[in-house]
Amino acid sequence: MSYASTEQNTIEHRKVYVEVTLKVSPEGNVRPLTITFEDGIVYEIDRLKQRCRAHATKVGGTGIRYTIVVNNHETYLFEDEGKWFVEAKAQSGG
Amino acid sequence: MGRTILHCDMNNFYASVECMLNMKLRDKPVAVGGDVENRHGIILAKNYHAKKYGIQTGEALWQARQKCPDLIIVPPHYEEYLKYSKLAREIYSQYTDLIEPYGMDECWLDVTGCRNICGTGEEIANRLREQMYFELGLTISVGVSFNKIFAKLGSDMKKPNATTVIPEDTFREKIWGLPASDMLGVGRATEKVLNSYCIRTIGDLAQAPRELLKRRLGKCGEMIIQYANGLDHSPVAPMDYEPPIKSVGHGITTKEDLENAAEVWNVMLSLVQDIGHKLRVYKKKAGGVAICIRNNQLETKQWQCQLPVKTYSSAVIAKAAFDLFTRSYVWNNDIRSVTVRAINLSSQSEPEQLTLFADSSEVVKRERLEDTIENIRERFGKNAILPATLCRSIKMPTDRDVELQMPTGMVM
Repeated sequence: MSYASTEQNTIEHRKVYVEVTLKVSPEGNVRPLTITFEDGIVYEIDRLKQRCRAHATKVGGTGIRYTIVVNNHETYLFEDEGKWFVEAKAQSGG
Repeated sequence: MGRTILHCDMNNFYASVECMLNMKLRDKPVAVGGDVENRHGIILAKNYHAKKYGIQTGEALWQARQKCPDLIIVPPHYEEYLKYSKLAREIYSQYTDLIEPYGMDECWLDVTGCRNICGTGEEIANRLREQMYFELGLTISVGVSFNKIFAKLGSDMKKPNATTVIPEDTFREKIWGLPASDMLGVGRATEKVLNSYCIRTIGDLAQAPRELLKRRLGKCGEMIIQYANGLDHSPVAPMDYEPPIKSVGHGITTKEDLENAAEVWNVMLSLVQDIGHKLRVYKKKAGGVAICIRNNQLETKQWQCQLPVKTYSSAVIAKAAFDLFTRSYVWNNDIRSVTVRAINLSSQSEPEQLTLFADSSEVVKRERLEDTIENIRERFGKNAILPATLCRSIKMPTDRDVELQMPTGMVM
């Protein structure tokens, strides 16, 4: 496994804990389906690309990182000790 | 072919975790400091930006602020440090099951068995560093060598986020020129003795007369000569190894100096409540008591005594500790910190040879009473029942309610 360096960011980000609907397979595999952001908007996860442990480079902390595609945008969703969070842009609030 | 031992040291651990959790701190001088109100106002860790100002671990917060007025001091979050320490060990466990923690932020790994799969020690060290940064956002320095002492030395040589290899065939050129005090086992007191014989480097130590050091430093003298010659054969403990509990202790720095024996008694009584509880949990009995007293001039003294009857009763331990204190302490200065330890532990189920002269019935009666108290505490909480004297303020600090179980097995 190689560990590519992560992008430098100039935009400020904040950690936003979100509500997530999950599908759990009989084997115990977890797949997030939707994210409900703090303003109540529900985002459907179109694709799940990768799942690995990684640190959140923009907001700090660590967790199981899901690389997901939402509305043609690739982004990360983290799960840390049962809580889920995303790296949201600070100025726009999402 | 010899062993391959890695020593992984998480750089500025406490401060790095704080900076990783709060990105805004990242490019600023940051230190983790204890609570001033509770007189724990010292620097516990600092990041590299703070280090540039000459801030040192252990110095008072006000001294650090004088050196760097913009210094950001954050309180410690021990739960987070334990969490990241555990996660780091999970990463190590992907390579070997021989993982011996040395404090919260350091570990020895014996990777001899996985060289065929994962590559050389250096390659494994580099992968570990990358993985640690990618997964946890923390950096480590790794020392790679053929024994634990040199691996530890290596991890201290290059920081941060670096690998240092000390190979078996060239270790003399690489480390014999370093100061002897860099080596594990050579502390300040030993360094002083070595200096008096002009033994200043690890090379000097390796070639020092064995008899001389044995005479001056005892077993330790012989040991450090062996270490300097690369002859440390101690194994890396397996990760599920639990070191036997040798003592159970509790110590605190009080909010204000203790000014008389009655105040010391209150503090000791409060400390032994936890000790009694832990002895019950570990099913141990104490055969002796040790106390450590630090006065407001920061001078520390320790004493210990045997108990006539082994016990897990907090009251008996408290009384023995207080008797020892009144017999031993000469009251020239007020007291800043008190530690009580239950020592010479043995299993509660172990049969005990009673003495003819000590009356064990009193102790047994007291233990039964405390069993009942423990039951009440289990049902209604730790403070449901207390000695009356502890119900008022007794200068105990209030900043640490969490119990820490260190990876080394020590209970704090």
